[in-house]
Amino acid sequence: MKYAVEIKKLKKNYQNFNLKIDNLNIPSGVVVGLIGENGAGKTTLIKLLLNAINKNDGEIKIFDKDLKHNEIQVKEDIGVVLDNSFFPETLNAKNIDTIMKDIYKRWDSKLFYKYLNDFKIKDNQILKAMSKGMRKKVEIATALSHHPKLLILDEATSGLDPIVRNEILDLFFNFIEDEEHTIILSTHITSDLEHIADYIVFIDKGEVVLEKQRDEIIDNYGILKCDTDQFNKIDKLDIVSFKKNKYNYEILIDDKEKCQKKYKDFIIDKITLEDLMLLIIKGGK
Amino acid sequence: MKMIISNSSSVPIYEQIKKSIIEQIVSDELKEDEAIPSIRNLAQDIKISVMTIKKAYDELEQEGYIISRQGKGTFVARKNTSLVKEKAQKDIEEYIVKIINIANKFEIPKEDIINIFNLFYGSDEK
Repeated sequence: MKYAVEIKKLKKNYQNFNLKIDNLNIPSGVVVGLIGENGAGKTTLIKLLLNAINKNDGEIKIFDKDLKHNEIQVKEDIGVVLDNSFFPETLNAKNIDTIMKDIYKRWDSKLFYKYLNDFKIKDNQILKAMSKGMRKKVEIATALSHHPKLLILDEATSGLDPIVRNEILDLFFNFIEDEEHTIILSTHITSDLEHIADYIVFIDKGEVVLEKQRDEIIDNYGILKCDTDQFNKIDKLDIVSFKKNKYNYEILIDDKEKCQKKYKDFIIDKITLEDLMLLIIKGGK
Repeated sequence: MKMIISNSSSVPIYEQIKKSIIEQIVSDELKEDEAIPSIRNLAQDIKISVMTIKKAYDELEQEGYIISRQGKGTFVARKNTSLVKEKAQKDIEEYIVKIINIANKFEIPKEDIINIFNLFYGSDEK
């Protein structure tokens, strides 16, 4: 299998926070959703993938090349959209085009203008005068216009209304039509990921706690709901984590089919990525 | 080709895709040798992740409903009526097991079930 990103023994230490990823491989041609609560380490990981901060230890390879030693070459293949815009607000799209032409070898002005046109954005309007959604669209157009193979998006759709989010998700679907294209997107709006993501990487307190195909999670995990008496009858081995509420228990299970047979009178609900996050972070074991 | 997917259904999405394609093959809405969309095209059109559709296509191919030809695309396989019938028979068996379970639970005798069956089945025959 070809990998877009390979991470080994990666460590980044801050005073109050440590990121530690022993092994994480992202195949090329897929969409990976990075989930976790605020402060879990998603943005730290993304900054490391962009070599925007120095790692303390470990190895990051992108398209089989060591990131540190081939940074400029590797970055030609990466399109990035971060949570906070990196363009000064006084620029307009025309300025961005001029700047990017000098930065990326494969910068495609025609493509950039096509996106602007699709988004109905005028090239002489400065970013400051644009809505948040429009600015995001300019950033995404910028990220896509040098023909990247890997798109890295940090909270690219948060704070946007459902209509704009949908337009942007459309673009992402468009992008991955090419089998060599890969997307890594971090978000806490997990519903955006329910459809587009192939893999979910769940980060908590600086570590990867779950890394699975999204379908595997949605099809196999579930929430079993019961009262205290019933709870005591459940085999502890079947419990991934649980949450005790005032009137009931919510139990995260990872083998819905088995549990349905084993615990016939129990209610087992379908899981959403949001439930999964909540139960793993807030749940007990 | 048509494709209607329910997000709230407890049936996994890949199974819904599979079922939809099989139904269209069986009902001849999709003809033998007709091209069906590529995995990535379908993903884009119905806004479902690539791996989900790949899983559906992989199973459809294993079960002999579709064939993918390297570099050319994916096509409806030569229709194997016995395969389709076998599948239908399996479905019927599953329902019968359910009927028997309910009957046993409420101690409804076999004769009654057969009577009910005859009543419904017979009413369709003129």
